Amino acid sequence: MDRPIRVLVAKPGLDGHDRGAKVIARALRDAGMEVIYTGLRQTPEQIAEAAIQEDVDVVALSILSGAHNTLFPKITKLLKERGADDILVIGGGIIPEEDMPFLKENGIAEIFTPGTPTSAVIEYIKQHVNRAV
Amino acid sequence: MENLEELLIKGDKRAIARTITYAENYEDKAKEIIKKLYERSGNAYIVGITGPPGVGKSTLTDKLIKNLVDVGKKIGVIAVDPTSPFTGGSILGDRIRMQDLSQHPNVYIRSMGTRGHLGGLSKGTYMAARILDIAGMDYIFIETVGVGQSEIDIVKIADTVVMVLAPGLGDDVQAIKAGIMEIGDIFVVNKCDKEGADKTVVELNMMLDLDEKKDWRPPVVKVAAQENKGIDELIDKIDGHKSYLIESGTFQERRIERLKMEIIESIKNRLMKDIFDKIQEKEFSSMLQQVIDKKIDPYTFADELYKDAFN
Amino acid sequence: MVDKEELEKIKRKKEEWEVNQRQKLLTKFPERKKDFKTSSGIEIKEIYTPYDISDIDYLEKIGFPGEYPYTRGVQPTMYRGKFWTMRQYAGFGTAEESNKRFKYLLSQGQTGLSVAFDLPTQIGYDSDHPMAEGEVGKVGVAIDSLYDMEILFDGIPLDKVSTSMTINAPAAILLAMYIAVAEKQGVTPDKLNGTIQNDILKEYVARGTYIFPTGPSMRLITNIFEYCSKYVPKWNTISISGYHIREAGATAVQEVAFTLANGIAYVEAAIKAGLDVDEFAPRLSFFFNAHNDLFEEVAKFRAARRMWAKIMKERFNAKDPRSMMMRFHTQTAGSTLTAQQPDNNIVRVTIQALAAVLGGTQSLHTNSRDEALALPTEDSARIALRTQQIIAYESGACETPDPLAGSYYVEKLTDEIEKRAFEYIKKIDELGGAARAIDLGYIQKEIQESAYRYQKEIESGERVIVGLNKFQIEEEPPKGLLKVDPAVEELQKQKIAKVKEMRNNASVKKTLEALKKAAEGDDNLMPWILDAVREYATLGEITDVLRSVFGEYQQQIIL
Ligand code: B12
Ligand SMILES: Nc1nc2c(ncn2[C@@H]2O[C@H](COP(=O)(O)OP(=O)(O)OP(=O)(O)O)[C@@H](O)[C@H]2O)c(=O)[nH]1
Ligand SMILES: [Mg+2]
Repeated sequence: MDRPIRVLVAKPGLDGHDRGAKVIARALRDAGMEVIYTGLRQTPEQIAEAAIQEDVDVVALSILSGAHNTLFPKITKLLKERGADDILVIGGGIIPEEDMPFLKENGIAEIFTPGTPTSAVIEYIKQHVNRAV
Repeated sequence: MENLEELLIKGDKRAIARTITYAENYEDKAKEIIKKLYERSGNAYIVGITGPPGVGKSTLTDKLIKNLVDVGKKIGVIAVDPTSPFTGGSILGDRIRMQDLSQHPNVYIRSMGTRGHLGGLSKGTYMAARILDIAGMDYIFIETVGVGQSEIDIVKIADTVVMVLAPGLGDDVQAIKAGIMEIGDIFVVNKCDKEGADKTVVELNMMLDLDEKKDWRPPVVKVAAQENKGIDELIDKIDGHKSYLIESGTFQERRIERLKMEIIESIKNRLMKDIFDKIQEKEFSSMLQQVIDKKIDPYTFADELYKDAFN
Repeated sequence: MVDKEELEKIKRKKEEWEVNQRQKLLTKFPERKKDFKTSSGIEIKEIYTPYDISDIDYLEKIGFPGEYPYTRGVQPTMYRGKFWTMRQYAGFGTAEESNKRFKYLLSQGQTGLSVAFDLPTQIGYDSDHPMAEGEVGKVGVAIDSLYDMEILFDGIPLDKVSTSMTINAPAAILLAMYIAVAEKQGVTPDKLNGTIQNDILKEYVARGTYIFPTGPSMRLITNIFEYCSKYVPKWNTISISGYHIREAGATAVQEVAFTLANGIAYVEAAIKAGLDVDEFAPRLSFFFNAHNDLFEEVAKFRAARRMWAKIMKERFNAKDPRSMMMRFHTQTAGSTLTAQQPDNNIVRVTIQALAAVLGGTQSLHTNSRDEALALPTEDSARIALRTQQIIAYESGACETPDPLAGSYYVEKLTDEIEKRAFEYIKKIDELGGAARAIDLGYIQKEIQESAYRYQKEIESGERVIVGLNKFQIEEEPPKGLLKVDPAVEELQKQKIAKVKEMRNNASVKKTLEALKKAAEGDDNLMPWILDAVREYATLGEITDVLRSVFGEYQQQIIL
């Protein structure tokens, strides 16, 4: 069944760096996906709620301010609690290598750091969405 | 999901979400569910919120939701944005304005792309509205972008259409008047905190007065959505229009019209799906090449496809 | 700038050169690419000669340093007098840690302080607010009350240093705290030197730490202008910032245009509030980016100075020359720095810093090589500072003002940037000014288009970034990055609790109520904020009072 992949691009916490998130959002749109962008300063609860109501295939989180270890796991936990752990959750931004294992243990499927071509993100999503497209 | 139907009736947000996904992708599951639960629908009041880009439709919807949940109503929102005809992708940007309320237990918001559907609605809108209705919503707001006559399908689905404008559109009001005057049951001039609002109100009233034939004269409501001003009055006017529809018998007429549309939509969708499901991508490309090479013409090609699909 | 006859000769000679030399060579060796363009898309010609700048009147458009239109700099001697202020942006964790770092930087020869605040502080949340979770002390120092500010500047004589604070929406509150700390050190406000960023319009479009809607935000800003012109006369009341606009993805032309458009909006707001232009305009300062495209950047700085002088003189009828002088701080472009082969960043920063110096900056921050990885380590920050010192003491670039003046290329570029930026300003004026253009999402849209184009150029290889899309190597993950201790959050929470216990809560309540009343009316809010700050009302408490009166800004997102 051919349908567009639905992605929620979200900015959790107080971080205002949105250049990367917007670039990603546009690239995904241009790759034929339906993109819902939340804007800045979203709580984990708001993000999980939006992901569920919009029934997205992918949640794409962007943080450059260093709060990822606190905020990312909260979001995956909320999704799991509501039975929505079939959603692919990926993240990006300034995320030190040493934090990655922890984030992956906590349900973040992949992390993309500065210099990532958007084509790599698109490819990754296409190959890893959990639900039939 | 297990018990999808049960959860849907209870208004579970995840169940609603998943069922709408089925609807939007034309999966039979959506139809099956609606078939079983159709009886339960018909109670929601559907309000279309339409108008040019950026006039504040989403902000206004956000405030309508807020004022209505405060009095215990259940609200469903469908926000439709255009899909790019070139890439098939879209940015669905209305939700941002409604994020705060989306966590309220009685609110469900869904963004949809038009996905090639013309007329301003998305492919699955009729079904999605039906699903929200079944899920027990008191009001369903459908936000669409509309600037001209090509995007007036909202009229066919809504009980009341609220046409939103804003000052500073200036001459545009003139330009788009042909497209909008027949659409709106209620006109809103939003952003009244800005200069020029009164002028827009006067202009609108003048234009509306020209049309004397109608027995419902659309009211013009001044609103500043961002400041939550004029929202109560707008809700009054929506209720007023509902009463008018019921008293004049138009309510039933409109709903019958909508059912017809829903049936026709369903047939159209099914036909398209049947045809295109059967066509193999490769086959299509190779036939297309023949058309390009002028070996066959496009109409023969289409006839062939159609015949194949129904054999 | 040369006489007519001579020009004709040059023109003829150039045509000959084109045919006899260039074209001949081109048939054998074509150029590297079809189009040569600056990073802003300005076409670059095969050669520049006096002919290209023949319509530029030297005295009118270039002139002398320290004189209108200040193209060549704002002081007559420039760096022959003294070098720019070397000001490294720093701060993280608690006030105690940052205080140590400041003292270290001062001991290393840095001449001014620059305070980075954490995000909760910048957005007006105390460290114990739920939204602050995970963010306390992460990217700057956490300041919750006057108590933290006292610790931050402990042992640093505020009449001797100049302090720049990157604070915007709650700028009035942080400035009030600074004034209050100075009072405790026995330093009167008229002795204070420094800058608050205080530029809300660029927060809406590029930086993201906004709180209040446009109207009330503009009021707070003009309140600060007015208050400082009376009591803190040496303070730079605003730093109108193009830096963040550029970092969000704008081109050099857009950086100048949008920054000056914002500047115009502030001047208009202050005049509308009844201030005399020459009363506040001399204290306006600017903040720009220094990117890689060396000549375009130098031209950009020169164009910006000339444009501002003209705007102040002709549009706002300023009389005081100081109102027409654009003084600015510069920071090198973080977004050009790569996570790959991070040591290459030292070289990029050197070029960028040189651009700022050749462009006549008043102060400079050089980024560290670990920019794209984490906050800088002490080692990296030292190299960054040394880069400035090498340029200052060893490069010879500082020995005469505006050394690139008269370069046919640079003068032409200066002119072209001015032209293009004024076109943008005209467009913004037509839309109803910067605030309105932001409301309509126009400026955001322009910036995003550029940002997306930049990304696509990198991905297609059209724009080469050494070590990223060319000359890559296999690398080990970087080691020894700076890590902020997560315990800061707990420490800050404890401090707030302590402060709330020790202060006179009845007085706090009284000052906050008074502030609320004032906010509802149209008094200057600075004195009321100062009263609350002195009683140790927290930043969050003060902001909440203002939020309750002003409401909150809704971001305009155009994708
Ligand atoms: C540009 C920039 C800014 C701009 C932001 C403009 C904007 N609107 O976005 C400005 C100047 C405003 C800014 C401000 C600040 N910044 Co800044 N900034 C940067 C900088 C230089 C580049 C980021 C960038 O936009 N790159 C270009 C984009 C396209 O790349 P990107 O965001 O990395 O995204 C790519 C990948 O990471 C990935 N990606 C990113 N997100 C996602 C999400 C998903 C789902 C996926 C799949 C991929 C993905 O894909 C993208 C494409 O390749 C970085 C350092 C650096 N070089 O990375 C510092 C940096 C992020 N900033 C930093 C800081 C501290 C700040 C401030 C907080 C400083 C302060 N105390 O005031 C402020 C406040 C900002 C705020 N409100 O939050 C620090 C953060 C430190 C940390 N995490 O430990 C950094 C790392 C610099 C440093 N070393 O100190 N900044
Ligand atoms: N001044 C003012 N601005 C408003 C008001 N209502 C909305 N806005 C602003 O107008 C902009 C657009 O608002 P939206 O609600 O997204 O408008 P929309 O019509 O839904 O936009 P599209 O869905 O993109 O067509 C936002 O910046 C709002 O903050 C209002 O009453 N006054
Ligand atoms: Mg909308």
